[in-house]
Amino acid sequence: MNEPNLHLWIIPLLPLVGATINGLLGRHFKNGMVATVALFFTGASFVHAVWAALQGAHLALPHVEEAGNWIWTSSFQAPFGFYLDQLSTVMMLVVTGVGFLIHLYSVGYMAHEGGFYRFFAYLNLFMFFMLTLVLANNYLLMFVGWEGVGLASYLLIGFFFLKDSAANAGKKAFIVNRIGDFAFLIGMFLLIQNFGSLNFGTIFNKLNESSLWPVETSFGVLSVIALMLMIGATGKSAQVPLYVWLPDAMEGPTPVSALIHAATMVTAGIYMIARSSAIFSRAPHTLLIVAIIGCITAVFAATMGMAQTDIKRVLAYSTVSQLGYMFMACGVAAYSAGIFHLMTHAFFKALLFLGAGSVIHAVGGEQDMRRMGGLRKLIPVTFWVMMIATLAIAGIPPLAGFFSKDEILWQASRLPYGHIIFWIIGLITAGLTSFYMFRLIFMTFFGELRLGQVDEGQEAHKANAPAHAQHDAASQSHGHADDHAHSHGGVHESPWIMLAPLVVLAVLSVVGGWVNIPKALGGNQGFANYLAPAIHTPAEIGGEQPGAREVKEEEGERGTELTFTVLSVVVAFAGLGLAWVLYVKRPELPDRITTSIRGMYVLVKNKYYVDEIYNALLVTPLLAISTYVFWRGVDQGVIDGTVNGLGSASKGIGQGLRHMQSGNIRSYAAWVAAGGAAVIAYMIYLGVR
Amino acid sequence: MVPLSWYLVLSAILFALGISAFLIKRNIITIFMSIELMLNAVNLSFVAFANHWHKLSGQVFVFFVMVVAAAEAAVGLAIIIAVFRARETLNVDRVNLLKL
Repeated sequence: MNEPNLHLWIIPLLPLVGATINGLLGRHFKNGMVATVALFFTGASFVHAVWAALQGAHLALPHVEEAGNWIWTSSFQAPFGFYLDQLSTVMMLVVTGVGFLIHLYSVGYMAHEGGFYRFFAYLNLFMFFMLTLVLANNYLLMFVGWEGVGLASYLLIGFFFLKDSAANAGKKAFIVNRIGDFAFLIGMFLLIQNFGSLNFGTIFNKLNESSLWPVETSFGVLSVIALMLMIGATGKSAQVPLYVWLPDAMEGPTPVSALIHAATMVTAGIYMIARSSAIFSRAPHTLLIVAIIGCITAVFAATMGMAQTDIKRVLAYSTVSQLGYMFMACGVAAYSAGIFHLMTHAFFKALLFLGAGSVIHAVGGEQDMRRMGGLRKLIPVTFWVMMIATLAIAGIPPLAGFFSKDEILWQASRLPYGHIIFWIIGLITAGLTSFYMFRLIFMTFFGELRLGQVDEGQEAHKANAPAHAQHDAASQSHGHADDHAHSHGGVHESPWIMLAPLVVLAVLSVVGGWVNIPKALGGNQGFANYLAPAIHTPAEIGGEQPGAREVKEEEGERGTELTFTVLSVVVAFAGLGLAWVLYVKRPELPDRITTSIRGMYVLVKNKYYVDEIYNALLVTPLLAISTYVFWRGVDQGVIDGTVNGLGSASKGIGQGLRHMQSGNIRSYAAWVAAGGAAVIAYMIYLGVR
Repeated sequence: MVPLSWYLVLSAILFALGISAFLIKRNIITIFMSIELMLNAVNLSFVAFANHWHKLSGQVFVFFVMVVAAAEAAVGLAIIIAVFRARETLNVDRVNLLKL
């Protein structure tokens, strides 16, 4: 044990220090000071992470460091331990790197908002919890981070807390996540019951080194554990059926959407599944469920994204859809492909959100794409970085998204747990993705500027007006839309502090995919090989694998892969072309089409009425039961009744006894005499008997 | 020879009279006198028993009671005079400043 100490605990702790300083003292700081503190600690965390990653290259991974004991009993231990392997290295670098860029961007974006210090304190707090989640060496510490990022997400979604919709969106995110967390907890209990530990090392060693845990042919205990962990992941990573919170989470400031609801937090579920690959790979039934859920989510969210008019909501549904891809990758046991897409997605989706923020900033807080247009000439830098990100997400080679998406599609069609149906649906989704992303680009940057034009969206905007007026009255300018409208006249490019992170992310979105060039294109899959030691695929577990198909390692495979790649590129260009025809060449066509398929359009535009169905089936009955049974019945009736009853009973008894304490000496004497007489009577009674 | 029971009955009657007076009367001096009456009723039973059992301890006890009673009378009467000076009344029900 002569391993160097990397002091991994410092990495999550640095942002916590920043959060504490800004949270406690930020009120008295100038904005510049707040930004300096926030950037310094996030940046220092990134530097340390890079250093640790470089050191880690020379170490035997996984490298475990324990900074102290947390829960320490004879039968169960949970240390404050940190776990550095290839997987957590990638996550750590993505979180700190993208996190730092988004912090930098936020300095410019939030400059005119109230609660500047509050924003950065929350953002740093988020970084702390996210890094705890990523670096933890046991499920329990991971769960601390898991809940913590949920808290930070809640605080940041509800950042404009004077706005009802923002406060409600925060609550919704928190409660929906709680459903998933409940299953995660049950999964942890099952792990303790079966392995007596929650440490990654202990559990994975027990799984890998004993023959007691083969790949399960029936739905056994590992399948149940994996299922529970998966439900936890569907909550955090916004998968069907728990995805509903993510689109609403767009109420938060745009950098928050970029950092938490696109690049990092929502990928925690994917990370958790990849981390638990030793468990999942032994539970093929659960893997199938994971793949199906990912598949459904990907295509379902993509169709919803097509009909949205709010620029951030398009991106939100796109995020859900891309997370579906990652889920699908995990579901076919192509964990490294999932993590690869996670990384590239972090780059280009953060870029898209930040770019959208820059657009919103430029047009004075307008988020409706129907009132944008023609911005290409007015904000060229934003346009070009958005274009790069869109090309990346649409899967146009040689940008990052092409390699990662193609890897997932190829693995889904090829691996033992994959199926050609996954590939087909994935391909359809890729086409839809390309379509709605270019629709966004064309509506926003091409054509005529339609700012201030009256249309049906205007009415919705007017309905919000009283709420906005309230914010102004409250002197803390929270109404985002107002604020930019006040402070800027005309469309203008964002300041350099916002553009610099965009450019860096754009570069990453271009080159990010080159780390994992598939063999068919002459690469060596460097990223997948790098991750391989940290991930346990079914192939390396071996043994009988039910439902698995034979993997044909043939020469002709290269050809098939190339064909599939060409197909997905063709589909991506088809989406692009369709969007071009509909939104640039013949802008009157979309209206005609929507009227001709009115019913379907309304269905999609209203997001399949999922929110309404959830409301009717779950929320309303739950509220009714809570109100009439638990609140009015149990709480007010039984609990309050008992407490109040005890109180009034003792009050009544006291009221009665009070009269004995009359202050009249002779009545006291009478009591004494009566007492004496009673004693004497008793003695006589005893004597007579 | 008068039997023991006669003394005890007389003692009981005197004690009961003392209690009744203590409970009924409002004049503080009368209350004081009824206390003396009760003490002396007890004294009577003490000497009666001492005589009956031919033991001295009962009589010794009576002396203690008389000493305490004398001290009590001295302190008590002084308090009564102080109260009368302050409140100009001997009625115990009027001396109720500490009552709520």
